[in-house]
Amino acid sequence: MRSPTNPTGVLGVFTHMDTTIDAIHELKRAGMDRFTVYSPLPSHDLEHAIDPPQSPIRLFTLVGGLTGAATGFALATWTSLDWPLITGGKPIISLPPFVIIAFELTILFGALSTVLGLFIAARLPARREVLYDPSFSSGGFGIAVDAPADRTAEARAILERNGASEVREGGREVNVA
Amino acid sequence: MATATPSAIRSETHPHVASYSDVNRDVLKILSKPGPGYLALVALSAAGFGLLGIAFIAQVVLGIGLSGLMNPVGWGVYITTFVFWVGIAHSGTLISAILYLFRAPWRQAIYRAAEAMTVFAVMTAGLFPIIHLGRPWVFYWLLPYPNQRQIWPNFRSPLLWDVFAVGTYFTVSSVFFFIGMIPDIAAARDATTVRWRKKLYTVLAMGWTGSDREWKHFSRAYLYLAALATPLVLSVHSVVSWDFAMSIVPGWHSTIFAPYFVAGAIFSGLAMVATILIPVRKIFGMEAYITTKHFDSMSKLILFTSLVVSYAYATEIFLTWYSGEAPHAEGQYIAASLMGPYWWAGAIMLTCNFVVPQLLWFRNVRRNIPALFVITIFINIGMWFERFVIFVTSLHHEYMPWQWGVYKPTLTEMAIMVGSFGWFFLLFLLFMRVLPPVAIAELKEVLPAPMRRRQAVGAGHTHGGEAH
Repeated sequence: MRSPTNPTGVLGVFTHMDTTIDAIHELKRAGMDRFTVYSPLPSHDLEHAIDPPQSPIRLFTLVGGLTGAATGFALATWTSLDWPLITGGKPIISLPPFVIIAFELTILFGALSTVLGLFIAARLPARREVLYDPSFSSGGFGIAVDAPADRTAEARAILERNGASEVREGGREVNVA
Repeated sequence: MATATPSAIRSETHPHVASYSDVNRDVLKILSKPGPGYLALVALSAAGFGLLGIAFIAQVVLGIGLSGLMNPVGWGVYITTFVFWVGIAHSGTLISAILYLFRAPWRQAIYRAAEAMTVFAVMTAGLFPIIHLGRPWVFYWLLPYPNQRQIWPNFRSPLLWDVFAVGTYFTVSSVFFFIGMIPDIAAARDATTVRWRKKLYTVLAMGWTGSDREWKHFSRAYLYLAALATPLVLSVHSVVSWDFAMSIVPGWHSTIFAPYFVAGAIFSGLAMVATILIPVRKIFGMEAYITTKHFDSMSKLILFTSLVVSYAYATEIFLTWYSGEAPHAEGQYIAASLMGPYWWAGAIMLTCNFVVPQLLWFRNVRRNIPALFVITIFINIGMWFERFVIFVTSLHHEYMPWQWGVYKPTLTEMAIMVGSFGWFFLLFLLFMRVLPPVAIAELKEVLPAPMRRRQAVGAGHTHGGEAH
């Protein structure tokens, strides 16, 4: 598992996407796969290089949506049965209109549960100290390697060899929250 | 793909934006101290909102009689304006969700503003059912909970569906708006030096760093939210239309209402996006980001939805004749909307929604920003009158003579309607200066990625040893 928060370790700041990708490949070849890549945009190329596991968010969306649908039908049915009152000569449990309530709650629960999934999976909101550089939200890329103490020099060498414009170890943490 | 091009080559959609950091610089520049022109606009909007407030307080104190609502027309300017604003809200989610799923390359620069517009338009629309209530202080009776006799609201009633639809729409579009903004708020947090802004952005960005883990989950979550928001957009105005179509009022009782309302909503919403973005682009100097190409693409969609709406108008007339309804109630509705006491409303509707948009067939008009501005204002007016025609004309002449009567909007109603624009623009103007009004991170996706190697190749050098 790669650690998302690593106030200790080595941070390489990059200005180009291709050099960042080279460094990711080399780190992986060297067996150092505990690293975090920072980028100002979501990039398929970076994601390809990192090859992260499948995001669990789809499960949250599915379960949330199904819960919403069940809740919608249950709410409308139960409240209608709670005081059975025939209106307009229609059955007490009138499924067609209840579909609308179920649909709306499917979307509502599905969306809220997706957000919950995002917060859990991405560990937001968080107060944390990470090796971070403000350029990561602008034009820069970064790789923070969580290398064991005896391999710090090696990690630093990999980042520098692949064109990191700046490499720093520990210190200068930025509190992002 | 933009990433496949050397960085010496400029983006197709934004040729004047050179690099990622340019986007941050240009967009975050907007989040600065406002000038006198901006403050004047804020003051004007606040005055409009004040007008709404005064008129509403007067109506609460003196009673709903201050409005012109009276049998047989119980739904007048308030409901017209409610549906108008709900319709305006549609294009934001259309641009942000549907065009996202279709991967339309012109959505990135404009979707944040359109989404903000959606949220604020729903907030404006939400005022109207409450203003329309005779006793607005018991508005919470709308919520689905049982009264003291344990009777729950009637889930077979379209008005309750409306509460669910609009409530869900407001929640989901706000969530979508906020989640999509987190990375950009983090960018604002990293760039700002103003203390209150730093604090605000730090809290709102929630510790976003742009790590691979965050982006991975963010992208998935965004995709699923877009997939959920898409059917929601189409459903909200369908449900709103059923408020009318489920009744037996002539002019309302029609199966075409749902698609007709949805097309009208997208039509009016896109027109409002253009109406707002044209001055915003000028005032905040965003010409490099929101280009004529964007307005051209929007105009094509406006033209298309105009044709759909016009087709619905024609269908209504045709079906009335074809079903043999012409001498009966339905025919009287058509006659009333074209020749009755509200003929002028019908004429405004047809002119603004059908005749004027035909100009958009011409490329020169689509790319002529001042002309487009005027056309979209016509459409905004036309779409307000479309709803007026549907609601008031239908109600003023139902089946029986005792259901016939002419409704005249009063000063109070007009003040509240005009004031709602003040409230809407007030929210929008504050948003422009406080939150990143252009999607910084997503805009970078349509720019060429910074590449060292390919740039070097393009410049005629080879660094053979540097690659694998």
